[in-house]
Amino acid sequence: MTTIVRVKKKNREFLLKTEEMSGEYITVCEQCGICTTSCPMVDDMDISPANIIRLVQIGDESVLESTAIWLCASCYTCTVRCPRGIDLSAITEALRQQTLRKSIDYIDISSLDRKELEELPAIALVSALRKYTS
Amino acid sequence: MSEKIGVYVCHCGGNISDTVNVDDVAKYAENQEDVVVVRSISHMCSEEGQKAIIDDINEEGLDKIIVAACSPQFHGPTFRKVVEKAGLNPAMVEMANIREQSAWPHYNDKKAATEKAKLLTKAAIDDIRDMEPVVPEKMKIGKNVLVVGAGIAGIQASLDLADSGFNVYLVEKKPMIGGHMAQLSRTFPTNDCASCILSPKMADAAEHPNINLYTYSEIESIEGTIGNFRVKIKQKPRYVDPSRCTACNSCTEVCPTLVPDENNEGLALRKAIYLPSHVAIPHSYVLDEDACLGLQPITCGKCVEACEANAIDYEQKPKHIMIKADTIIVATGYDIFDAKRKPQYGYGRYENVINALEMERMIVEAAEGTPLRPFGKKFAFIQCVGSRDITVGNPYCSRICCMYATKLSMLIKGMIPDADITVFYTDLRSFGKGYEEYYKRAQEMGIRFIRGRPGELSENPENKKIRMRVEDTLTREILDDEYDLVVLSVGLEPSKGTKEIAQMLKIPQSSDRFLQEAHPKFKPVDTAIDGVFIAGTAQGPKDIPDTVAQAGAAAARAIRLMNKGEFEMDPVKAFVHEELCTGCGDCVDACPVNAISMAGSVATINPPVCKGCGSCISSCPTEAIDLRLFSNKGVRDKITGILEGKEPGENRVIVFADDMCTYRLADGVGTAKMEYTPDAYIVRVPSSSRVTPRIMLEAFEKGADAIFLGECEKAVSPYPDTHGPIERNIATARKVLEKAGIEPDRIVFSPFVTVMFKGFTAKVNRLAEVAREHGNIPEEKRKGLLKLLKEVKE
Repeated sequence: MTTIVRVKKKNREFLLKTEEMSGEYITVCEQCGICTTSCPMVDDMDISPANIIRLVQIGDESVLESTAIWLCASCYTCTVRCPRGIDLSAITEALRQQTLRKSIDYIDISSLDRKELEELPAIALVSALRKYTS
Repeated sequence: MSEKIGVYVCHCGGNISDTVNVDDVAKYAENQEDVVVVRSISHMCSEEGQKAIIDDINEEGLDKIIVAACSPQFHGPTFRKVVEKAGLNPAMVEMANIREQSAWPHYNDKKAATEKAKLLTKAAIDDIRDMEPVVPEKMKIGKNVLVVGAGIAGIQASLDLADSGFNVYLVEKKPMIGGHMAQLSRTFPTNDCASCILSPKMADAAEHPNINLYTYSEIESIEGTIGNFRVKIKQKPRYVDPSRCTACNSCTEVCPTLVPDENNEGLALRKAIYLPSHVAIPHSYVLDEDACLGLQPITCGKCVEACEANAIDYEQKPKHIMIKADTIIVATGYDIFDAKRKPQYGYGRYENVINALEMERMIVEAAEGTPLRPFGKKFAFIQCVGSRDITVGNPYCSRICCMYATKLSMLIKGMIPDADITVFYTDLRSFGKGYEEYYKRAQEMGIRFIRGRPGELSENPENKKIRMRVEDTLTREILDDEYDLVVLSVGLEPSKGTKEIAQMLKIPQSSDRFLQEAHPKFKPVDTAIDGVFIAGTAQGPKDIPDTVAQAGAAAARAIRLMNKGEFEMDPVKAFVHEELCTGCGDCVDACPVNAISMAGSVATINPPVCKGCGSCISSCPTEAIDLRLFSNKGVRDKITGILEGKEPGENRVIVFADDMCTYRLADGVGTAKMEYTPDAYIVRVPSSSRVTPRIMLEAFEKGADAIFLGECEKAVSPYPDTHGPIERNIATARKVLEKAGIEPDRIVFSPFVTVMFKGFTAKVNRLAEVAREHGNIPEEKRKGLLKLLKEVKE
């Protein structure tokens, strides 16, 4: 679970962009950690919800590579319990969007063979196409 | 009546004269009506300047003085003393602020600065011409103080007052005094026993010849004002005569009813007839009429039979006591946050989740050899429960929880040396004297402090232990563990009594619902209501040392008012021109402090209650209400003065500046030599709510191009609510402008505090620009504004 936090100087834009996209004041998070142990998915996440917010606060874009932002189920438990009233679900969505909007194909569906197509869950295929719809 | 006005133009040793052509200003003043003496002097505040005024008053018979110099905030008191020395009323001098409002902010534009200085002087001359002498009203005041609440704050304030020779009525809702402090184990950072240090004070308060103590009593109503508060107290029957009760406990032994014991936070039971606490003062039993089987020997009556001292009397009735108080100190304290409002922590559902006050009682009773419940070995404290949490509406820090959790941890560790104690905190705040050292001592004792708040708690159904997962936000590890006992460090909220008394006395509450002090820095124990002071946690969460200090301060502030036997009221008060009053009563509702009432068919204003904001004036359809020192006529005269000789193409913006914030802010801007448009002319008012739609529209009629209204931000305003009236006034005026085809954005309102320098210059400049873009209002449009106002009002 240990994460090395890299403090970068130039990454204020990443914070501002995430704040704008989510409509949340991310800087007001006081890092109490209530969100972390309210989260039903935290045991499968590589970094904790509180840590996601911390990384955004310091403008560390490596947060976009975490699995945690994709595991967020938007159940809103953290949002309901946050003592500073931050909507974490909106923030994780803003982070996902930043990756999605790069419109990178991680899977070339046309190159999948019949066997692979049969084995892959339909939802995985739908998710792979989601970048065009969001 | 023709007046003899003297005008004195100050050079301020170059501060003014380097920018403003003072000779021009003097020459301009000479040509004004009623001006008989004009002098231009290097330093008006020097002995030379002061002497010139006194000599001219004596020799030339001047009756009104204008000093065109610095801000009245600066030398206003000086010149009021000077004219008083020469036998004039202090209201007979007015300052034209040509330094802070002209020479300094317009130092780059000598011509504009000089023209503006002329008009500021002209406005002051026009204003003072009809100024009437003001004699501040004096009121007699006695030496009786009502202190509401007998916790440590109320006790301390009462003792300070009583020792100074004042007569105190100390009223306490509970059957004993001492408040929450009497429940506590020990006190941080010294770890001395709370009741040991409190008991002597409680005994002093009960026995002091100058303190009339009413326990088991509530305030039913308070009427009147400073110097004459009429207070109704209802004393509930104890059914036990304290003078006869020997505290032998025979009654309690035979009593058959059991109810939760408040003193032990419900962790133990008590009888219906009981001693409120071992340290109770008055040290007398009390019968709880709600718990008693029936107040007659037929239903039970066992206690009466058991009482050998014949102290029990079922026939007691509530007593209604009327007292008169000159000042009031409100010390109604706090309630702890009800942790059931955070259901995810399971308080009230899980037997091993308790709050910190319960832990206090557990430690006290364990030390006495009567443990209330088992402790266990593994403890967790959760900080900030009900504090710093907007989900329960409490965004504030309760200030004491970090230290009391540290204290309780140390006490547990002292009792149970192998106890495993963790304090889960968000930020540990050990701000007081000796507190950081205390925190370090706890760390040395092996108490673990981990930074993180748990999301939820759950109970192990088998052993009833509490399972808790917390992210250590420093290591990013999730700790998962079980605890024998979890203590919730609950925050403080204003007590029920605090909210009730706030409504009764109309004391404003701040956004955290605690009572609001008159000024956050300089009047920390005063309230917006004259003669009413606050002490202790009724004002906001605080620890015992701060509470005691504040109680002493409240007593001193009350003594300051009462000691002279009379007090002088602020002369700025609203008053009614009775011949104009139609008796409609609209002003009664408009007054934010309820100072206005109807006496037959005319409105009357109660001067000690009136705060002098002038919000009432715009509610009056006939302008029957006026304000001393800032009269309707005076404000109009100033506007006329400022708009004197305005040529087409010139742009003049009138900035109404409230005395407390905007006026001082403008002075600050000038002092910092921050430039803003010389189109802006500042008119000082107590509050911009005094500027009625009619006055605004008249200003437009006379040629003003825009109007700016500045007012204190709500948090620092000396008045209850002036923003509402200002916004309503503006809405009315804008409606009229729109009807007349005039741009409504020529009126702007902005709240300020005194340090918003850039905000002030930017907003005033912006408005002046807007007015310039719009251009002067054509005469045919502005001439009919007052007629339209009538239509809009109807």
